[in-house]
Amino acid sequence: MNRNAVYRVAAALASGVIFGLGLSISGMLNPARVRGFLDITRDWDPTLAFVLGGAVIVSAAGLALVRRMPRPLLDDRFYLPETRVIDRRLIVGSAIFGVGWGMVGLCPGPALASLSLGLPATVLFVAAMFAGMAAHDRLQGARPWQRV
Amino acid sequence: MATYASGLLGGMLIGLSAVVLVLANGRVAGVSGIAGRLLQGVQTATGTAFVIGLSLGPVLYRLVLGEWPPVVLAASWPIVVAGGLLVGYGSRMGSGCTSGHGVVGLARLSRRSMAAVGTFMATAVATVYLMGFFQ
Repeated sequence: MNRNAVYRVAAALASGVIFGLGLSISGMLNPARVRGFLDITRDWDPTLAFVLGGAVIVSAAGLALVRRMPRPLLDDRFYLPETRVIDRRLIVGSAIFGVGWGMVGLCPGPALASLSLGLPATVLFVAAMFAGMAAHDRLQGARPWQRV
Repeated sequence: MATYASGLLGGMLIGLSAVVLVLANGRVAGVSGIAGRLLQGVQTATGTAFVIGLSLGPVLYRLVLGEWPPVVLAASWPIVVAGGLLVGYGSRMGSGCTSGHGVVGLARLSRRSMAAVGTFMATAVATVYLMGFFQ
């Protein structure tokens, strides 16, 4: 591994730690809170709107910097998604994701972050999540994951 | 009010995390994408580092505040398994989840991500609403 590759791993680690800390502070590690946000007709908890708002504002500020940079600090080029088409896969996949997210209140970030708490239900969720990803790759054919 | 403030602060850290990854490595901080590539055996060094970092976040929180962040998962085990399968399959098929589409995609004003977020928010709200009748 050259030196930049080591730095890239360190940057990914730092990004993960900040992400996990942010999830913990915001309360979004907690599936009960997430479901409280999604429960708009009963006892609505608007906190997630503040979390998403804060995240998007800071992220947008950083992405404004990206437009002025010829390449990222540690790599040769930016690997940002270039797909623009809104197709059936995007909509059906997102709809399926939303049903699972609503059922449990966990999405991939909080699920992986809360593994460190060692709760059996979270470990089970993560195992099922990876099984779901593998099932998709089996049924639909694995394609390199670059399109967001 | 304090919960909104901590929500905003935590959200800004999540945004900062995305900024670090894109400025340093030029990559989108989409957790389902990172996890999916790990499963495919692609970009395993950075992916593993990101996931380890992710799970260290709550540990850091505990070191500073003296307690674990609250996690209440009330769903029964069959629901947890079904939800996990759908989250994995759906995020893979839809090319992203709440972080990739929700945070980075919206910040990039991607119409694709706006469509994805609108769709999964709608089905998640409908799911919680319908499940409310069985509890």
